[in-house]
Amino acid sequence: MLAVRNLCVGFATAAGRLDAVRGVDFDLAPGQVLGVVGESGSGKSVTAHALMRLLPANVVELSGQVRVGERDVLTMDRHALRAYRGRTTAMIFQEPGRSFDPIYSIGRSLVETIQAHGKIEPEAAHQRAIALLEEVNVEAAERRMANFPHQFSGGLLQRIMIAHALAGNPEILIADEPTTALDVTIQAEIVALLLRLRDERGLAIIFITHNLALISSFADTLAVMYGGLVMEYGPARQILSAPRHPYTAGLLASLIPFGAHHSSRPLPILAGAPPDPVAPEPGCAFAPRCPLARDACRSELPAMRTDAAGIAYRCIVDGVKDPRLFESAGADFGARS
Amino acid sequence: MIRVRDAHKRYPLGAGFFTRRGQYIHALNGVDLEIRRGEIYGLVGESGSGKTTTARLLVGMEELSAGSIEVEVDAGAPLRLPGLDRAALRRLRSTVRYVFQDPARSLNPRLSVREVLLSGYRYAPGWPGTRAAEREAEAIVREVGLRARDLERRPADFSGGQRQRISIARALITKPRVLICDEVVSALDVSIQGQILLLLLRLRREHNLTIVFIGHDLSVVAYVSDRIGVMYRGLLLEEAPTERLIADPRHRYTRHLFASLPRLGTPLRTADPDSPFRTRADLIQPPPPERDLVSVGDGHRVSRAFA
Repeated sequence: MLAVRNLCVGFATAAGRLDAVRGVDFDLAPGQVLGVVGESGSGKSVTAHALMRLLPANVVELSGQVRVGERDVLTMDRHALRAYRGRTTAMIFQEPGRSFDPIYSIGRSLVETIQAHGKIEPEAAHQRAIALLEEVNVEAAERRMANFPHQFSGGLLQRIMIAHALAGNPEILIADEPTTALDVTIQAEIVALLLRLRDERGLAIIFITHNLALISSFADTLAVMYGGLVMEYGPARQILSAPRHPYTAGLLASLIPFGAHHSSRPLPILAGAPPDPVAPEPGCAFAPRCPLARDACRSELPAMRTDAAGIAYRCIVDGVKDPRLFESAGADFGARS
Repeated sequence: MIRVRDAHKRYPLGAGFFTRRGQYIHALNGVDLEIRRGEIYGLVGESGSGKTTTARLLVGMEELSAGSIEVEVDAGAPLRLPGLDRAALRRLRSTVRYVFQDPARSLNPRLSVREVLLSGYRYAPGWPGTRAAEREAEAIVREVGLRARDLERRPADFSGGQRQRISIARALITKPRVLICDEVVSALDVSIQGQILLLLLRLRREHNLTIVFIGHDLSVVAYVSDRIGVMYRGLLLEEAPTERLIADPRHRYTRHLFASLPRLGTPLRTADPDSPFRTRADLIQPPPPERDLVSVGDGHRVSRAFA
């Protein structure tokens, strides 16, 4: 249904050319949840915006393919894009509070969104808006149509944003950190809502997050991004139980399990910092922080390879099986500081 | 080290011309807690719970509406809020230092790291003179894992994790006894978060610091804290040594919070639909009257409010 092949996005910045996405591949099937995990600067959010062709004006490269059915989103003209956005693929964002116009009632803006997707009588659009709000569990939807954004909590605004996204009956929903600004108890409810929509509408979801623990609880497939590259891609359960890429292993090791305490459990540490996107290293983006890196890792970017379990990963070393990989890195850090 | 007694904070609803007479936001509704010398006390809660308000009261950034706070200092009688004169307030603020969530916004971008460290210190009671202060600045940046030559650079030249090291150094330079760490790792990537947590644990050990660690990520707060207080709607609902709280949460809200926490590979659970905690806390309604904490043994206290 969605096939992304060798997607590259580059920007011109004051500091030089910034290759935010450097060749990303993945697939998405109806009713499936793809989790895109990465830290800041990994290119996950730019990837999401590229799928919608919502990129700032300083884009100097947008190449590869984003195939939806027979069409390629990257070559669509303005007309085709208008029909694509919202109707094939819709997107929700991190801060629902900033996505609404404060001077419009939420009913009025939702009716406008509905009307933008096709000719409809005002009264029918109004009824449809109420139905959408009910679908995303906004209580007393009819009465609340007249309320303004500031009268809603962050969790409710995120529900209303989801209602907007559903207005065009999309097949794919891209959720870019939709729960990051919300409290944990609200986060759980938004995720439950998205999963219900997946089941009821057969919606395919791309869930972008930095929170590996969160995405691990419901993603079917995972794409782990670092330095503009997908480092590991495949079935979520297999990746989480036995990561093939050292970065994924390090990310998993850095997660603090609930109930762990510093007095009894040392914290493994990924030393160093994420790469500079303006001047990336020639080799593997993770090599400077990788405890397994060899000379070859620093000189040439490893190609993706796929193993028997169907996991694709960008690494030439087979050493992640050692569960203490990052404990030694942690000890190292302690000595240095 | 710190004793908070029946602390209240309310803000008038609306501002300026729009102030609504007699209506308030009840941010803090009678909090009693004691923070012991050398411990890491974790405060958890969702937005509007009053954890940041508590922290701001501790450094005198806000004034108490009612109640009192006592902070022990090295020499002489404890400092008691409210009612500190300017000199005493300065002593309080160099004894209890606040480290903010977002180092990018709390560091002045036009100043070099050296100026960032020294500009506030200059007005602190312990200012040792420029030359000695510069030597201290060099020692402190090395201590937080930066290099002496980083003193000449500006905050924008650093990554988020390094900037957080700078703001920790800025707090440490006045030789405080207490650090208030308000969501200090929330804006950082997971792979960087661990570095900062280990730094704080090491600094606590080496400087015998007392730390108030505020966060919304329960796993992180539980990892560093010796004791934890759970806040909701401006009240402390439960308090216990970390291990005990995790093994045996007593308050309904604490259980609700624990249950919503995402865990690796486990399906997310949502709250029971009848839970009173599902809707956003209404801070304009006055809080429930029954708010005292009842001891259930071993330093574990549970509130009767919202029970």
